[in-house]
Amino acid sequence: MATIREIRRRIRSVTNTAKITRAMEMVAASKMRRAQLSALAARPYAEKMRQMLSDLQESIQSQRQEAPHPLLAQREAERVAIVLISTDRGLCGGLNANLNRFTASFVLEHQDLEVKTVAVGRKARDFLGRTGLPVIAEFTNLSDYPSIDDARPLARILMEEYISGGVDRVYLVFPLFINTMAQRPEMRQLLPIEIPPRESTMSVQYIYEPSPAEVFDDLLPRYVERQVYETILEKSASEQSARMVSMRSATEAANEMVDDLTLTYNKVRQETITKELLDIAGGAEALRSAG
Amino acid sequence: MAKLSVDVITAERVVFSDTEIDAVVAPGAAGELTVLPSHASFITSLVPGELRLQKAGADETYMMVTGGFLEVRDDKVVILAESAERAEEIDIARAQEARARAERALAGREAAVDLTRIQAELRRSLIRLKVAERKRRRSGPGAGPDQSSR
Repeated sequence: MATIREIRRRIRSVTNTAKITRAMEMVAASKMRRAQLSALAARPYAEKMRQMLSDLQESIQSQRQEAPHPLLAQREAERVAIVLISTDRGLCGGLNANLNRFTASFVLEHQDLEVKTVAVGRKARDFLGRTGLPVIAEFTNLSDYPSIDDARPLARILMEEYISGGVDRVYLVFPLFINTMAQRPEMRQLLPIEIPPRESTMSVQYIYEPSPAEVFDDLLPRYVERQVYETILEKSASEQSARMVSMRSATEAANEMVDDLTLTYNKVRQETITKELLDIAGGAEALRSAG
Repeated sequence: MAKLSVDVITAERVVFSDTEIDAVVAPGAAGELTVLPSHASFITSLVPGELRLQKAGADETYMMVTGGFLEVRDDKVVILAESAERAEEIDIARAQEARARAERALAGREAAVDLTRIQAELRRSLIRLKVAERKRRRSGPGAGPDQSSR
């Protein structure tokens, strides 16, 4: 049986842990709100860009004879690059473990492919290092509030790798934010670019300056940057919500533990007092019968 | 009279939005261009430069953009900017510092590989300063409360 002092020490330590996890939960909650807002704020740009691309695609298809832009070039998939987008810090539930498992099973199912990887986030770097897959580049210590400038260097490396023929496909693996309680690993093809089909059937004749082809070629790299940025935003929102939820359950577990320990503590204390009383009473009795 | 509705959007946020604009002057890839109401449907790439939004009865709005795209359609102008800063958001001290740094780097030119990057940096800081300077002159000294020198 634990002594009173030991139990008291446990209670104090668990209470302190609960305070810490509670604080982490609040921090994650506020960061989560900001991450969700920036994901929302980034939407108009994405929509406009998608629409411009589809419009251009249509007006170019008819007139352009030469080879398509290198970022659109379709090749037989032999070598692929997987960009694993994970968090820098842990304590966010099974988020990274799920991503890692997802990536591993993709690689195992496609043994015929030569897989290269790019690590985004410390957790991805650690995992990919363990798997022994070749890592072309790693990006760690991204801000909690990523900006498009965080996405640009990554997008650039991927485009260069693709254009030089180092890889035939580029996939992004990231935690898709479904809602605060749920995130799941998701894989998206980044390159070659798949241009979304037009949404409206109404066709507007635009004048393009300098020319449709040139605007189109300018637009494509921006589109890739934007796609990368979007997945990094998803990662941020997922990370903060996963952390908030797991810290909340940690706080709850700690508080429950404190309740249990307090109960034990009171029981032990009572028993000790009873025992002491019995001792005193027994001693007094013995003295009287002796005297 | 017809007005233009203008949105300036970056990948991160909507920087500017107004539905009562009279004219937009933008740094197009083929030269500076002005969009007035009833303009034909039009798309152009932009180069780094100054974006001016004119509105009757109000001060002109200056912005610096570092490349992007401009679309006009049914009196609706959408500018997708790589990055955009409003004149009043520009940190003059930082822009000057960036300019000095870029000039120093150009003079020293230790790594020739970075030349284009440094030149781009210099160009950006010059535009930034130009845009900020306009803003300051307009709200200039003695002309009422000077907001830019907070």
